[in-house]
Amino acid sequence: MENTLAGIKLFGSWASSYTHRVQLVLKLKGLDFEYVEEELTNKSPSLLLYNPVYKKVPVLLHLDRPIVESVIILQYIDETWTDRPIMPADPYERALARFWCYFADDKLGPAVGAVFGSAGEDQKAAVAQVHENLKLVETELREGAFKGRRFFGGDAIGILDIVLGCGSYWLAVFDEVMEVKLVDPEAFPLFHAWLREFEEQEEVKEIIPAIDRLLEYARGIRQMMLGLKDASTTPATTAATTTTTTDNSSVVVESAGSV
Amino acid sequence: MAPEKAVVLLDERVSPFGQRVRIALAEKGVEHEYREEDLTNKSPLLLKSNPVYKKIPVLIYDGKPISESLIIVQYIDDVWVHGTPLLPTDPYERANARFWAYFVDKKIYDCGARMLKYTGEAHEEAKEEFMENLKLLEGELQDKTYFGGENFGLVDMAFVPFTTWFYTFEFYGNFSIEKEFPKLVAWGKRCMERESVSKSLQDPLEVYELLAYLIKKKYGKV
Repeated sequence: MENTLAGIKLFGSWASSYTHRVQLVLKLKGLDFEYVEEELTNKSPSLLLYNPVYKKVPVLLHLDRPIVESVIILQYIDETWTDRPIMPADPYERALARFWCYFADDKLGPAVGAVFGSAGEDQKAAVAQVHENLKLVETELREGAFKGRRFFGGDAIGILDIVLGCGSYWLAVFDEVMEVKLVDPEAFPLFHAWLREFEEQEEVKEIIPAIDRLLEYARGIRQMMLGLKDASTTPATTAATTTTTTDNSSVVVESAGSV
Repeated sequence: MAPEKAVVLLDERVSPFGQRVRIALAEKGVEHEYREEDLTNKSPLLLKSNPVYKKIPVLIYDGKPISESLIIVQYIDDVWVHGTPLLPTDPYERANARFWAYFVDKKIYDCGARMLKYTGEAHEEAKEEFMENLKLLEGELQDKTYFGGENFGLVDMAFVPFTTWFYTFEFYGNFSIEKEFPKLVAWGKRCMERESVSKSLQDPLEVYELLAYLIKKKYGKV
């Protein structure tokens, strides 16, 4: 049963995993909302008005008040519509969930973005960094805080599943576009298994964009970045190239968000 | 209040992030064991308790560790529910508190550190950003007693340790924070009237001496 009186508006971007996080929790809670698609290279006046500090998606507007930063939005939604909770009830579990959400955005996401934005030896180093980060998560699944769980949230998906999961589809995309191996099922069997389970959830299937759309998007940006790197060698052009490359890879990182 | 289960804080006296946690524990009146870490020689307990970042502060309650100062403060608020509330009860205000607390880390601490470290154009850029961000923060404070309104809370705790860095920021940035951001300075003084704050923070001159030493050592800057 959808809640049409919820008064929710979401500014997002179709390829942004941060946006998907919010869409997923709204779907899990059965909340109706109005969606506004933002073009990240041409942001609307509304977006800039509601998120003047970071100028990013997603932005949730509820009762005409904006909430920004996806993990903050997720907690806001959970605290406002308390059915089907995504945060654990126990204080320690809550703190753990917050910690690993922070890790996802602070370390893992940027590491994956770095893989996308690099080539050759630099990329090898970036891949190694992703593996180091995945190893930390794998350890928690194997013998630490999340041992024996189907999902990070327990029997049902919770905030950490949503944060890590929305964006993990980029791993498969990057694997194919750049012929790297980010999630080796042999090196990270539990993470791999969790990801499979997450992606099989009905609500998740409805949120994640079609893989070929993501592939096309990622290939396009990757080609542009590599093409620019091979371009002219005069300093002025190189400077412009670097800026554009950074802008585009940050667009991708903004879209890809966390893993 | 002596808790039934042991509370241990792994910390380093001069860390503004550790100070946030000390303030939170004091506000709640939670007795705890304080352990000073030598960050050049981290204890096995620290490495075991925070394998991801290997940083302080770490709060260990009933043998279970939590890291990251803002997460620890929220955890303290969740566990010791009967003490002074550290976050608002309204979901929108909670979201707003979280936003500004993380703003302190992402936008203020980051630029401030760059301003201290760098010279030339990088320094000027960092200084400009730093002042813009302080302006935004002061805009959020306005004429409230605390960032939390009448209640001292998460954002206040997030930022107040950096008020002891004002002297250092002013020295390296060559500007007066009192002149540019009088409301922030007045708020800082109000916070210092709370025992939890005054007992947890370092003297600004001590901060300056330490930072000046580190900046010279690491970046060769005087």
